[in-house]
Amino acid sequence: MLEVLKRPVVVTTNINLNIVALTGVGLLSRLWHLSYPRAVVFDEVYYGQYISFYMNRVFFLDDSGPPFGHMLLALGGYLGGFDGNFLWNRIGAEYTSNVPVWALRLLPALAGALSVPMAYQIVVELRFSHCTAMGAALLLLIENALVTQSRLMLLESPLIFFNLLAVLSYLKFFNCQKHRPFSLPWWFWLMLTGVACACAVGIKYMGIFTYLLVLGVAAVHAWHLIGDQTLSNVLVLYHLLARAVALLVTPVTLYLLFFYIHLTLLCRSGPHDQIMSSAFQASLEGGLARITQGQPLEVAFGSQVTLRNIFGKPLPCWLHSHQNTYPIIYENGRGSSHQQQVTCYPFKDVNNWWVVKDPGRHQLVVSNPPRPVRHGDVVQLVHGMTTRFLNTHDVAAPLSSHAQEVSCYVDYNISVPAQNLWRLDIVNRQSDRDTWKTILSAVRFVHLNTSAVLKLSGAHLPDWGFRQLEVVGEKLSRGHHESMAWNVEEHRYGTSQEQRDRELELHAPTQVDVSRNLSFMARFSELQWRMLTLRGEDAEHKYSSTPLEWVTLDTSIAYWLHPRTSAQIHLVGNIVIWASASLATATYVLLFLWYLLRRRRDVHDLPEDVWLHWVLAGTLCTGGWALNYLPFFLMEKTLFLYHYLPALAFQLLLLPLVLQHVYDHLCRSRVQRHLFSTLVVAWYSVACHVSNKLRPLTYGDSSLTPGELLALRWRDSWDILIRKS
Amino acid sequence: MLCASGRLLAARTATSLPAPPRGRGPALRCPRRELHFPGNPDPPSWDCLAGRLTRASASPHRRVILRRGRMPPAVGRGLAGSELRLRRSRCGPRAAGRDVAIQAAARSPKRPAPGSWRFEVAGRRAMLALVTLLSFATRFHRLDQPRHICWDETHFGKMGSYYINRTFFFDVHPPLGKVSSVMLIGLAGYLSGYDGTFLFQKPGDKYEHHSYMGMRGFCAFLGSWLVPFAFLIVLDLSNSLPAALLTAALLTFDTGCLTLSQYILLDPILMFFIMAAMLSMVKYRSCANRPFSAPWWSWLSLTGISLACALGVKFVGLFIILQVGLNTIADLWHLFGDLSLSLVTVGKHLMARVLCLIILPLVLYMAIFAVHIMVLNKSGPGDGFFSSAFQARLSGNNLHNASIPEHLAYGSVITVKNLRMAIGYLHSHRHLYPEGIGARQQQVTTYLHKDYNNLWIIKKHNTNSDPLDPSFPVEFVRHGDIIRLEHKETSRNLHSHYHEAPLTRKHYQVTGYGTNGTGDSNDFWRIEVVNRKFGNRIKVLRSRIRLIHLVTGCVLGSSGKVLPKWGWEQLEVTCTPYLKQTLNSIWNVEDHINPKLPNISLDVLQPSFPEILLESHMVMIRGNNGLKPKDNDFTSKPWHWPINYQGLRFSGANDTDFRVYLLGNPVVWWLNLVSIALYLLLGSIIVVAMQRGAQLPTKVEGLTRVLLQGGGQVLLGWMLHYFPFFLMGRILYFHHYFPAMLFSSMLTGILWDTLLRLCAWGPASSSLARAVHAVGILSLLLGAAYSFYLFHPLAYGMVGPLAQDPRSPMAGLRWLESWEF
Repeated sequence: MLEVLKRPVVVTTNINLNIVALTGVGLLSRLWHLSYPRAVVFDEVYYGQYISFYMNRVFFLDDSGPPFGHMLLALGGYLGGFDGNFLWNRIGAEYTSNVPVWALRLLPALAGALSVPMAYQIVVELRFSHCTAMGAALLLLIENALVTQSRLMLLESPLIFFNLLAVLSYLKFFNCQKHRPFSLPWWFWLMLTGVACACAVGIKYMGIFTYLLVLGVAAVHAWHLIGDQTLSNVLVLYHLLARAVALLVTPVTLYLLFFYIHLTLLCRSGPHDQIMSSAFQASLEGGLARITQGQPLEVAFGSQVTLRNIFGKPLPCWLHSHQNTYPIIYENGRGSSHQQQVTCYPFKDVNNWWVVKDPGRHQLVVSNPPRPVRHGDVVQLVHGMTTRFLNTHDVAAPLSSHAQEVSCYVDYNISVPAQNLWRLDIVNRQSDRDTWKTILSAVRFVHLNTSAVLKLSGAHLPDWGFRQLEVVGEKLSRGHHESMAWNVEEHRYGTSQEQRDRELELHAPTQVDVSRNLSFMARFSELQWRMLTLRGEDAEHKYSSTPLEWVTLDTSIAYWLHPRTSAQIHLVGNIVIWASASLATATYVLLFLWYLLRRRRDVHDLPEDVWLHWVLAGTLCTGGWALNYLPFFLMEKTLFLYHYLPALAFQLLLLPLVLQHVYDHLCRSRVQRHLFSTLVVAWYSVACHVSNKLRPLTYGDSSLTPGELLALRWRDSWDILIRKS
Repeated sequence: MLCASGRLLAARTATSLPAPPRGRGPALRCPRRELHFPGNPDPPSWDCLAGRLTRASASPHRRVILRRGRMPPAVGRGLAGSELRLRRSRCGPRAAGRDVAIQAAARSPKRPAPGSWRFEVAGRRAMLALVTLLSFATRFHRLDQPRHICWDETHFGKMGSYYINRTFFFDVHPPLGKVSSVMLIGLAGYLSGYDGTFLFQKPGDKYEHHSYMGMRGFCAFLGSWLVPFAFLIVLDLSNSLPAALLTAALLTFDTGCLTLSQYILLDPILMFFIMAAMLSMVKYRSCANRPFSAPWWSWLSLTGISLACALGVKFVGLFIILQVGLNTIADLWHLFGDLSLSLVTVGKHLMARVLCLIILPLVLYMAIFAVHIMVLNKSGPGDGFFSSAFQARLSGNNLHNASIPEHLAYGSVITVKNLRMAIGYLHSHRHLYPEGIGARQQQVTTYLHKDYNNLWIIKKHNTNSDPLDPSFPVEFVRHGDIIRLEHKETSRNLHSHYHEAPLTRKHYQVTGYGTNGTGDSNDFWRIEVVNRKFGNRIKVLRSRIRLIHLVTGCVLGSSGKVLPKWGWEQLEVTCTPYLKQTLNSIWNVEDHINPKLPNISLDVLQPSFPEILLESHMVMIRGNNGLKPKDNDFTSKPWHWPINYQGLRFSGANDTDFRVYLLGNPVVWWLNLVSIALYLLLGSIIVVAMQRGAQLPTKVEGLTRVLLQGGGQVLLGWMLHYFPFFLMGRILYFHHYFPAMLFSSMLTGILWDTLLRLCAWGPASSSLARAVHAVGILSLLLGAAYSFYLFHPLAYGMVGPLAQDPRSPMAGLRWLESWEF
């Protein structure tokens, strides 16, 4: 004990001033005048809405990515005390004073700033020199596109941050592996790798590419580990288990956690409710939940119900009928039954109510006690407002002529008998005696005479059908499809014997009571599925581009224009850096192939450890670039220049590595080396100069004359905005 | 549902007969040739022929390695030491193994009696003969049933008819398919007396007196070869007769393969070439010890030829090309690493492969395509899918041999065609946009067919004088000129303004405006030639032009969306503010009438052969991509296939019909499914054990090599023929899985044979082990045969009540609810 007292308490720390300096300039470049412009810039209009939804805790659905990124932005809003009251309707709209612009933009800017020292660290961990590491960090620092993108409420810079963090922590872990496996830092970096991967995937689906890269490299290293016969079997098993927990289990858990927080936060119903199933909607406050609370659970004979189609494409809609009949002759000359139309209607309406009737009884009320409808029961569906029976027969449907027409039967006394018996088929039943449950049961109506199934065809009826959706009886059903399944949304036990009372009853709102809750996993899987399958309209955009245009920087995006002057923010890259980065990638690949082929012939140009570092660096940087870039060629969605930035970040890491390699191994004489160093310095000065030239477009803080702007238009395809005066 | 997979089809009259099929002859001959080789019992001499021979006629040199699984343990153990060092060399075990084999052979004290080997060779030949016979017997049994069109026969039979009638047509599959395969179908029909008069209108039509057996017989003939091919491939990969037999049995007794081979379809032809390519590749790789010998060359070039044919039938052939490509790269990598070979030799190897696997197939493909181009020179209703320049070479088309003025001048009457496929000509007519949709002015649309309303007159923007007045000199339209386009029939100008377009809300509306050519400044368009900087003249057909609206700066284009009834279901024309160049906004001038200009023959404008090649492929690819499933319909998903989730109705649906249902034999398919899982499990255990440096006994080592290499090869084939379908956006059908199914059956054969040997090897004595193995294989064979007995009505046709009825012959066999029989 006394030993402690005898010696002074000494704390020795090593501070790498390089890192401190890089962090400093990184912060300076990203946080400089951060709240300027006080107006909506480009995609802020899009992410801003979601921040507002978070602030108001209103449910929304965005198919562009998992919720973690949106939540990060919203966190900025929360810290800045944003109340969510701003109408994000157009780019360039001035922010009102309640919008904490600085706080909202802070997190992306921090992420962008910290990427700079992180690049330094990665290169150092790859066992290249500090000078090279500085080079990589400085490239990231001055790259205009990265600066622009990280100074706004956008998700690319957090994505790049977590991508780099994943790579960095994996490298740290890998370097720990040799000396101190299972030590505290080893665990820390291993877990951090998994966490960073999960965060990257949680921000944008694109993050999965980096995750795959890290997983792939980890798998190869694990494979070497298995082959290492100095380790015992048990130890190898421990190693593999640790990696599986950190790189597989942790990310999945975190991903679920993001959704859990997301769904916990967004508990109120909102404008996107309609896309979700009835059960999901019922789990949100307000909206459908308010209507369906207190509904009886089991549908009984005599129940009044509205039936929603489960597939809900092209629109969510309810089974509907109205007084109007099918036209006797369609435009194309075919005839119809001229009976009452049955359609699917995308809005709530009193005509959406149907009464479930027992074919054996005449009453349209629920008996006491209620007799629940079970799987396999035969029912008739009576349209509430017109008391006509849902019917189908062997007449071609108006648009889908291979299927049967569905109508509400009108007896014209012309030897067309009513065929209005339907067998109830509960799709998601547990047993064959399951009862038909409100909201929860997905049911099919199978026509007794023709075994046709009631189905939403997805076609819009012409004007005579008020552009509502066509409902048909599908005769040749090849397997089950969701468009044939329906669920009861609103439900009450009918009590009115008389038609007039019943009409009044149908108009009245349903009574209020308890709520039904879905489990988290059910809500998660539904939300995730909808996000992946939601297809927006084909959004053509003025600034959209193709992947091929990114490498050559043949495209740019105008982000914001000052309302009066020609000051503007424009996403455009430093063309010198982009060109040399692509060149470096090509050089790397060629050199790598050259060395590989020569090694195969037993010619070893590089010492073994240099070769291994060279391969690892290439796998991470070139692989990161390729994985983040090439998949875009297969994607059909609208693409923008900023989709290339994560790939670019990896390319920028590679560039100094190639330069150092050329200096170390390809420049033979001292003269060559001096010459090469001079060239590199000159090249970097040019890059800085270009960066500085483009600075007004990056920060948007100074207004340039049309002449100056024209002078900046180095490529014809750059749409720099020039005011006509 | 009895419905054919939607295909784009078009027909017109009279072409001459296409070239005879290449590649079929040699590929067909090879199995027969195979029969002769093992007959030679002489001791091996070291040429490639013998190299192959040894494996069949069992000289110990190679047998030691390849047949290690069956060696008496004593010999195996003798080899153990030298074998273990080689375990890790996964790249080139064959070559490495060979050296050891030679040493081992030198040391090996015991050689098996030649008599037993002769016996075995004879057994193999007998088995091959039996398998082939059985395959033919099953495929040709009741081939004439049903006597009506089944499913896609309506397409391919129709194409066969077109060939016999020498009529032009257009299909989404590559031209080689049309020229060789479909023509083969046609030829087969022709030879068998089919006169091409049957219409092949829709499934279910009766053939009546028309002779269709030749065409079906031809497909069944090719389909029958799949089984012996699979037999030989597995025999070569595993060098085990039971494995080969098991594979052959699985394929013979699979109702799906049987059904697919019995009708006039492309699939038996495709699968034939895929298997032929695979077989020749396996064979040439087993000749690797004698490179540049005659058999080596012939197998190599046969591989190339089969590849070209496979790709030519359907684009699915790409996958087998990929497989051969990957194999070749691995092969070359291995050779390159062999320091005993000089770089020159490696270069020779490389060149040989380039020659046989790239140049030869390419030349073959192009040669047949050239024949196709020369033969099919008649116009047909499919013309609209092709560009103006392409149409110019079709006789019967109004552009063929036409002579029209070359350069556009003011006063010319023209038609303007969109460059994108299936958009058509700029069109207007005397109908207004309805109330509420933009301005109530005259509609402008695009229309796919030739019509007087497609004619427009080019005028100067500022004068309305008649440019055709002979007193004025001819003035050519140049790149960058401001023009006005006047609709000839209605004398209204092409016009645009700031109103949203009827369907594409972000674009501007395009209308016809003005009376007798007098409108306003919104009628002015700047005409620009794509990729042109100077004020050049504009050429008919060749120049790709854009029309830019002067006032709003937008570009005339067609969105390709179909207008509702009021627009006569023609396509929407818009003015897009997005200046990105897409084909939708690029046009060319097609017809051109100007009496003041000299006509030139269009022959000089004819596209070159590479252009034709490129364009036909683009059209085919777009046609393929155009086959998109609709949202609200049930479609077959790739994950349904391996589990045999649902079949395809080939014929009949009701209990009175003659029903044929394409469905795999569930016993076979589920066995395949289990085998893949088991293989992955076993494979990873072995690989991990080897990486951990486990000491495997020599015998097991030989078995694992067969499992990893032979099995890996076919597993790769299965994956390449299956997984890409997950990425495809087009509509998919169950029958797309069958090439993959062939590979998965081969995997099953190899896996179970190896697995049974491994299991039996453990504790048992060799005679007991042999018994266990024999019983296992035999029970699998019998199981497959019995399940075929149960399910054969699926393929040969069922009449009577459906399966849910207890009186049905299929009662109790509807194991999945999704099966519809």
